[in-house]
Amino acid sequence: MAGLLRICTAGSVDDGKSTLIGRLLYDSRSVYEDQVHSVQKASKNLLAGPIDFSLFTDGLKAEREQGITIDVAYRYFATARRKFILADTPGHEQYTRNMATGASTADVAILLIDARHGVRVQSRRHAQIARLLGITDYVLAVNKMDLVDFDRTVFEDIVDEFDRILPNAKLHPIPLSALHGDNVITKSERTPWFDGASLLEFLETVEVDRNVSSKPFRFPVQLVLRPAHDFRGYAGQIVSGTVRPGDTVTVWPTGRTTRVARIVTWDGDVEVARSPMSVTLTLEDEIDISRGDMIGVGEPQVGQRFKADVVWMDERPLDPSRVYLLKHTSRTVSAEVDHGLVLNQIGSVTVSTARPLIFDRYGENRGTGSFILIDRSTNFTAGAGMIAGVARDPETASARPTAAQRIARLARGAGSDAEAIEAVRKALEELLS
Amino acid sequence: MSATVHQMYETRVDQPAESKLTPSYDHLRALEAESLHILREVVAEFARPVMLYSIGKDSSVLLRLAQKAFYPGPIPFPLLHVDTTYKFREMIEFRDRYAKSIGARLIVHTNTEAIADGTTPFLVGTQRCCGALKTKSLLDALEAGGFDAAFGGARRDEERSRAKERIFSLRDANGQWDPKNQRPELWNLLNSRIHQGESIRVFPLSNWTEIDVWSYIDVEKIPVVPLYFAKEREVVVRGESLITLEQPFVPLMPGERPERIMCRMRSLGCSPCTGAVRSTADTVPKIIDELIAARNSERQLRIIDHDQDGSMELKKREGYF
Repeated sequence: MAGLLRICTAGSVDDGKSTLIGRLLYDSRSVYEDQVHSVQKASKNLLAGPIDFSLFTDGLKAEREQGITIDVAYRYFATARRKFILADTPGHEQYTRNMATGASTADVAILLIDARHGVRVQSRRHAQIARLLGITDYVLAVNKMDLVDFDRTVFEDIVDEFDRILPNAKLHPIPLSALHGDNVITKSERTPWFDGASLLEFLETVEVDRNVSSKPFRFPVQLVLRPAHDFRGYAGQIVSGTVRPGDTVTVWPTGRTTRVARIVTWDGDVEVARSPMSVTLTLEDEIDISRGDMIGVGEPQVGQRFKADVVWMDERPLDPSRVYLLKHTSRTVSAEVDHGLVLNQIGSVTVSTARPLIFDRYGENRGTGSFILIDRSTNFTAGAGMIAGVARDPETASARPTAAQRIARLARGAGSDAEAIEAVRKALEELLS
Repeated sequence: MSATVHQMYETRVDQPAESKLTPSYDHLRALEAESLHILREVVAEFARPVMLYSIGKDSSVLLRLAQKAFYPGPIPFPLLHVDTTYKFREMIEFRDRYAKSIGARLIVHTNTEAIADGTTPFLVGTQRCCGALKTKSLLDALEAGGFDAAFGGARRDEERSRAKERIFSLRDANGQWDPKNQRPELWNLLNSRIHQGESIRVFPLSNWTEIDVWSYIDVEKIPVVPLYFAKEREVVVRGESLITLEQPFVPLMPGERPERIMCRMRSLGCSPCTGAVRSTADTVPKIIDELIAARNSERQLRIIDHDQDGSMELKKREGYF
């Protein structure tokens, strides 16, 4: 077995994405008979053929009524060769954030294009999001080929255009008809000019390089377990790398060095553990360690200012005058940015945090290079960020003081304690509103 | 047991031989690791978590994961069972025995008012019965305990509205779900921020499938309620469902006659509303083989999923798991 493959799908509305997935599940016999019956009963959309495959995936009533996919749906299927988790993400513009969600954990993205319409703004945008989220393998699924008479030039024009949108990506174009099943499970006789694999064959055999256990050891501490006075263990999930008792490790952000004493699990101590295992470590020296600290090997970046690509997912724009909560590994800190973004906008911003983060570049390590931004007043997960590197521009840094600096300045400038309290109170209210 | 896991952490263990569709050992360990991460995040970030314990196979797996996540410490939260009083007798026996044997703290909550008013699926219909004895009872119990996070064993592969569920699922002050306004969940970064009065439901088994659950039960030797194993039971055949007559409160309809049929439960709920399936699978490996060959999904015989269009979604919006 080639191991679990995580897939996400992307395309514009009406490209037939849900239909393709329904077809994939149905033809690979991954939907059960009673689900087929209930979908047959509910298939009112006669244009969609005898079975409306999209009803397998559109789980919400509003979706079935409006015939669109609103929210990410996760599907699980297995063939004799592989297990799959598929995130079906909506193409509707206002739900673009869900595309980023699906792509954040995916190995392969299926980009769906309607052969009649070619590459549209949404297709480009989804490709860019998938790329930004670190996906290297793409299926370019050119759908509805039956409606262009399986015309080879239509297909090739779309492929050429995508080569320009995703230069250097591993792009696997396939001409399809999801509705009729051409090149979904088996090769279609209607595309004799196409010599690639069918979609399912490709997904079953594609090799993805995750290889996180060969990267430097990174272990964000989730919990300190102290069930008895003589036991102090650090529970967490290994983000990358491998660990053995006796290994010399550094605890960040203090930078203190010690050695791993034991790797404790419910099933007994183990001699080696690697990502993505969740374990509990004990250390040889008593060091003050709490949730949010990182145990690791090598040199992660430690800092309070960095550059990041941010996907903004909230209707309320990203506002450089507000303070956000930033969650990165098991550490949550307050953070500010140097400029704003609006819903669905992707941009490179400089982030300043109140406490240091221990990070790697997202391109090197998804687990220690990613963060979310939370709106403090709505608690909504408003932004998704990928760290590009340390911000090395001190001029911009001094040009825009942080909230803490602004507040300190206000307090210093006040004539009395009462005035200072009032000024700081106002500033804080503004910041937090 | 430590020997097998030892091997797993050290090297790849060979595929079990039964079937090519059986999940690999590495796959189960990756699912386990993800679930432990979720359990620990909740304990780190919430004040009063609780685990909904429904006594079924998924709950049994969840409980084992909770034991593992905080080892060598105890499970740092209580278990809550919402007892409708219509559960199978074997389930209640198993619940009490198992919770005691692992030293877990168990809270049992029943909507006694509704029971006193005569709420049964036969009198008020399944929708109102579930509403009173499960959903309302659950919300009352969560409120009474002041719980801000409740673990459940639901999986996304069970039902199509559950496929849309987040791992951290936000509920408003009335315990209700708004599926159109869910927070994005990226990577494994879970947003724990809630307002006063709100709570979350947490689904550590989101990415597990039914076969994964059974394979894990097999590998880990987790005890489950004997109702899951095939034996000859006295049942009445209603359409495609076999309703067991082990309980006095399942009334016979005119013209119905009980039969003895070899069968088992594929999922456990209230006895009047949970059908058995014809099966000869009396061990966990046989159940796994049966599932691989299965042509019907596991919730098919849960009457409450089918009482109206989108019925699970409606129940979830109202506060059901």
